[in-house]
Amino acid sequence: MNILEVNGLVKHFPEVKAVDGVSFSIPAGSCFGLLGPNGAGKTTTIEVIEGIQKRTSGDILYKGARRGPSFRQEVGIQLQNTELPQFLTVRETLNFYRNLYDRRADLSWLIEICRLEEIMDRDNWKISGGQKQRLLLAIALANDPDLVFLDEPTTGLDPQARRHLWEIVRRIRMQGKTVVLTTHYMEEAQILCETIAIMDHGKIIAMGEPEELLAQYARGSTVVLRGLARDDALSGLQCSWDRLEDRVEIRTENVNECLRELIRNDVDLTAMTIRSQNLEDLFLMLTGHSLRG
Amino acid sequence: MLRRMWTIFVARNKEFYRDRASFGWSILFPFLVIIGFSFLFDQDRQAMYKVGLIGPSAQPERAARSPQYDDFRKTRFVEFVEFASADEALPKLLHHRIDMLVDPGAGEYWVSRSSPRGYVVEKLLSSSGSGSAQFKKREVEGIEIPYVEWMFPGILGMNMMFSALFGVGYVVVRYRKNGALKRLSVTPLSPFEFLTAQIISRMVILIATTSFVYAGCALMYRFECRGSYAALVFVFALGGFSMVALGLLIAARSASEEFAGGVLNILTWPMMFLSEVWFSLEGAKPWVKGLAKIFPLTHMVDCTRRIMNDGTPLSQMLPQVAVLAGSAVLFLALGSVLFQWQKK
Repeated sequence: MNILEVNGLVKHFPEVKAVDGVSFSIPAGSCFGLLGPNGAGKTTTIEVIEGIQKRTSGDILYKGARRGPSFRQEVGIQLQNTELPQFLTVRETLNFYRNLYDRRADLSWLIEICRLEEIMDRDNWKISGGQKQRLLLAIALANDPDLVFLDEPTTGLDPQARRHLWEIVRRIRMQGKTVVLTTHYMEEAQILCETIAIMDHGKIIAMGEPEELLAQYARGSTVVLRGLARDDALSGLQCSWDRLEDRVEIRTENVNECLRELIRNDVDLTAMTIRSQNLEDLFLMLTGHSLRG
Repeated sequence: MLRRMWTIFVARNKEFYRDRASFGWSILFPFLVIIGFSFLFDQDRQAMYKVGLIGPSAQPERAARSPQYDDFRKTRFVEFVEFASADEALPKLLHHRIDMLVDPGAGEYWVSRSSPRGYVVEKLLSSSGSGSAQFKKREVEGIEIPYVEWMFPGILGMNMMFSALFGVGYVVVRYRKNGALKRLSVTPLSPFEFLTAQIISRMVILIATTSFVYAGCALMYRFECRGSYAALVFVFALGGFSMVALGLLIAARSASEEFAGGVLNILTWPMMFLSEVWFSLEGAKPWVKGLAKIFPLTHMVDCTRRIMNDGTPLSQMLPQVAVLAGSAVLFLALGSVLFQWQKK
């Protein structure tokens, strides 16, 4: 059964079409990732679904019906930028949000699942960025929601804090909750989500399971050259390549032939790496620009 | 619904009293103003004075023959306000709306015994027209209001105005700017619940701090409230409610603290000067007096002065009470209709 269905969602602002006919459905208990660069329309899409912004057109069905008053009681939301209430401790902040709902998550469960034990009596403004994200996640779970929206929950976190948050999301999933996640980190989407939708310019340009998408669009390998490779040395290559900020990436389905061509063209391969194609390559292929661009 | 409103109410109160700088200032400010002004008046440093004249234009010949009066009228920084009769003018003197009353026709004057300003103007009069016949001093009859008792309701009202407007208006705008309101908007909390909790929280804070300052100043200056305390609390509460509602109206949409601060300043400064907090509008132009009547602070200060200074019952101040109640309802209705959780 689908917990959320979005059909032909459109959101226009006076000067920009932020969401342009987006459709998807999310089975209950799954994790759905909206992937795309800044400005792709991910946040606008989920803010329209959350009810923060009004849609221009399209349908949104929650548990098979239009969103009613129960929607706010049953969904948990972590916004991209939220200031915590001032002059409250972490414990008071959690209770503050719990008390706004009819259904409340058990406090000890929230503390345990979001690993807040050590900071419960600390003032909000004295906690670190990673701790704040964990608290915001706990706030999103304050009403023991069926559906949780996480808008770029790991942006700005160090790798360790990011992995901690992934672990929390996995545990939320194990509770049977549905998660909708926006991110511009490929690895995050690949690790956490069963289904991903890649957005660019307000449209979904590809959607499916990560492995399915890779098998469909990105079967080959990527050769990464970090040295100075001249354009004229690369221009005759049989495979496609992109010059990015600090490197050149060549996509090929035949690594041996590609390397032979590079050696023939006298390209310096000293700092070369070869890897299987991932979602980032897929995105580059589909849109012509990199995810964090 | 009640639990959600209680949650917001408690959180806002904690925010208020844990913000020690703001909390301390809201208590300390009125004390400092009262202490500062009582010190200034002790030192006779006021520069502007108001002198009431009884019918001088009706008796120009006799008045013109007094060199003392002629000389006195030329004194700079003294404003002369005309009254038709002593009956009309004497209550103004008792309530410090004028500093001295002169009857040029009869060659007499009245001055309040407790008014430092009256003392200064009396000296100015007696030193005018040296060598000529002196005006005779008449005793003031009736209850004379000590100057600090006249000033006190105004200072309390002004403190409530700043606390209500900035404490609600500025805070809501800050919540909107930093995204706290946006986060609350995705919970089951309704705008009505949020706004009601904000109003109740600020009202409790206003009544508590005002009571504390009142008690402190009453002990320090030993003044009395001649009317009903219940009426006084009612008028302070109603006036405070009106100004809290005005704060919410100003904060209904803006997400810019600079803009909200500007609007609040545009409102508070004229209110402070035209609501007779510092000086009376006796003798001011009619349009200035009319403008002053649109401010809730004017009516609140007027009512609280009449309760404290004269013991006037509420039943005699129904028009002012109606204006305060009406403005509160109007501001609240507009603020609720215009309210937005987030900037567009």
